[in-house]
Amino acid sequence: MALPARSDPGSRAGRRRVRPGGPAAPVNAPWAPLHLFDVEERTPAVVATRLHAWQLAVGILFLLAAATASVVVGPAGLSPGAVLEEVVTRMLPLHLHPGLSTTGSVVVWQLRMPRIVLGALVGGTLALAGASYQGVFRNPLADPYLLGVASGAGLGATLAVVYATALPHLPFDPVPAAAFAGALLAAGATLALGRSRRSPGGTAPLLLAGVAVAALLTALQTYFQQRNSQDLQVVYSWILGGLSTAGWGQVLLILPYVGTAAAVLLGCRRLLDALSVGDDECTALGIRATRVRLLVVAAATLATAAAVSVSGLIGFVGIIVPHAIRMVAGPSYRRILPLSVLFGGGFLVLADLLARTVLSPAELPLGVVTAFLGAPFFLVVLRQARRVW
Amino acid sequence: MLALDGVGVRVGETSLLHGVSLSVAPGGLLGVIGPNGAGKSTLVRAIVGLVAHDGTIRVAGRTAHQLGTRGWARLVAYVPQRPVLPPAMTVADYALLGRAAHHALLGAETTRDRSVVGAVLERLALDRFRSRPLSELSGGEVQRVVLARALAQEAPLLVMDEPTTGLDLGHSQLVLALTDELRRERALCVLCTLHDLTLAGQHADELVVLHRGGVAVAGRPDAVLTEANVARYFGATVEILAGSGGIVVAPAARPVPPALSVATAISEGRPR
Repeated sequence: MALPARSDPGSRAGRRRVRPGGPAAPVNAPWAPLHLFDVEERTPAVVATRLHAWQLAVGILFLLAAATASVVVGPAGLSPGAVLEEVVTRMLPLHLHPGLSTTGSVVVWQLRMPRIVLGALVGGTLALAGASYQGVFRNPLADPYLLGVASGAGLGATLAVVYATALPHLPFDPVPAAAFAGALLAAGATLALGRSRRSPGGTAPLLLAGVAVAALLTALQTYFQQRNSQDLQVVYSWILGGLSTAGWGQVLLILPYVGTAAAVLLGCRRLLDALSVGDDECTALGIRATRVRLLVVAAATLATAAAVSVSGLIGFVGIIVPHAIRMVAGPSYRRILPLSVLFGGGFLVLADLLARTVLSPAELPLGVVTAFLGAPFFLVVLRQARRVW
Repeated sequence: MLALDGVGVRVGETSLLHGVSLSVAPGGLLGVIGPNGAGKSTLVRAIVGLVAHDGTIRVAGRTAHQLGTRGWARLVAYVPQRPVLPPAMTVADYALLGRAAHHALLGAETTRDRSVVGAVLERLALDRFRSRPLSELSGGEVQRVVLARALAQEAPLLVMDEPTTGLDLGHSQLVLALTDELRRERALCVLCTLHDLTLAGQHADELVVLHRGGVAVAGRPDAVLTEANVARYFGATVEILAGSGGIVVAPAARPVPPALSVATAISEGRPR
């Protein structure tokens, strides 16, 4: 077996630079890397797995198509052409005639648009958080509600609905605020209780603590809900999730949290890939896996709590979107995370379009639509998938 | 380059390693041998920084405590005995993980990172596998890929835990010959646990026999690999022959030595 190195002089001699003084001297500055290999112009650099421009373009097109479909369809009976003309005119600095009457314009800009933007934000966030949890816990069943966020938010929202009348008049809507607080408290409790001194790198205690916290909070939520059955309908419709009350205020409310968390999570996409070699090898490579995990979990939880507080509990997006992307684009989080944002956003916008049109003027709960659409699609992808877990 | 002074590792009440002192010079290869359960892997894990230890471990005069995880990874590269291999990850991506300690924490790999990995893969004849998933490689190829990741760290100390496990003789020699070249050319310093005593004798400058968590014998290969030592610490009957590339440790017909009956060997917990 020939060693592909200097043992064959001539063929490579011209390509390798000979260092003056022969072998590198024992390094004086010990933290300086040892240059084991002379890197030259002609050394073929490897290409890391990365998000291709066309993949990004497909994602953006999908989101734009979903948004376009969603803005032109609705019960107000506006002509699709006029709506598009209105949107294009207002978005681009073109001084054309606005395409719609004042009423039409209000429908588009105050009802449909905020709902689309909020849907895209919530869907993108849930899919991104789900993908991140799956990467951190190395568990295909991980979803954004893993650490008790859903039950905490549910309990918070229920308490706010039930005791809203008892509260002094607040300058803000107490339901999202209470849901947000409940979600963060639940996840915080899970993180605190799930820390194991015996296996600091293990994730199983954390997952089990999440199950216990969720069970406890769901029990409390059910108790308060049954005690106050006059509010049952309000609580129930919040829990099933929806965007029917969407407005620009809610978009602005969650944007700081969602934006910050998304920036952190997308920044961690390479580290999530590295986590797949396990904690020991991460340490040997200079990566503190426990720290990465905590950072990712914190960011994903914050984003999920913010999304849930304005949309209620929308299930399934956080599981099926990342999995479908993983099966098509491969296991690298460099692709999964950015594409999850785009496809998760587009998917929820489409689901919401169905939710508000199928039984119009009544609305279907959004969580029902996501599961109804998502499950069959997911099963098809699953049957054809290559092995990625 | 590497200096250990009174290194011990304990888990709860059990002492896995005690009082290990040794050193390796730049360009040297220290072979760590010993029977199963003697503490070889524990020693490697302590050096890499995966288990807490007593005593001091210095690389280039620094301790892991002073440098932190990232700084240590720039000094110490690690080839695990049983690496975790994400099945769908490509060879190039896997080798690029070795550059993690060099690029900014949330940053991308630079052109230099990618060139270093390109050069390493070329040197290890892995060029044509660069976009293959790890699950499609043979055992020998996988071992070279793991070595490529470690070399991509460009650390002056390479620590390998049984790098020839599961490899045929040709691939075992390839791995060790490659590190020999890097030792000569670039003064790479290597600490390596080995179970093949002949390979250990031929490639190591110095050998250390670990026995029950402590250093039993240390010295030049021909001084350490004697029939008496092998019988005593490995419970094996061998003949030491002179070969062209160094000594050859050959299993010999095995009369149970009078001092060591099978029963006492088992009752004393010695591996047979």
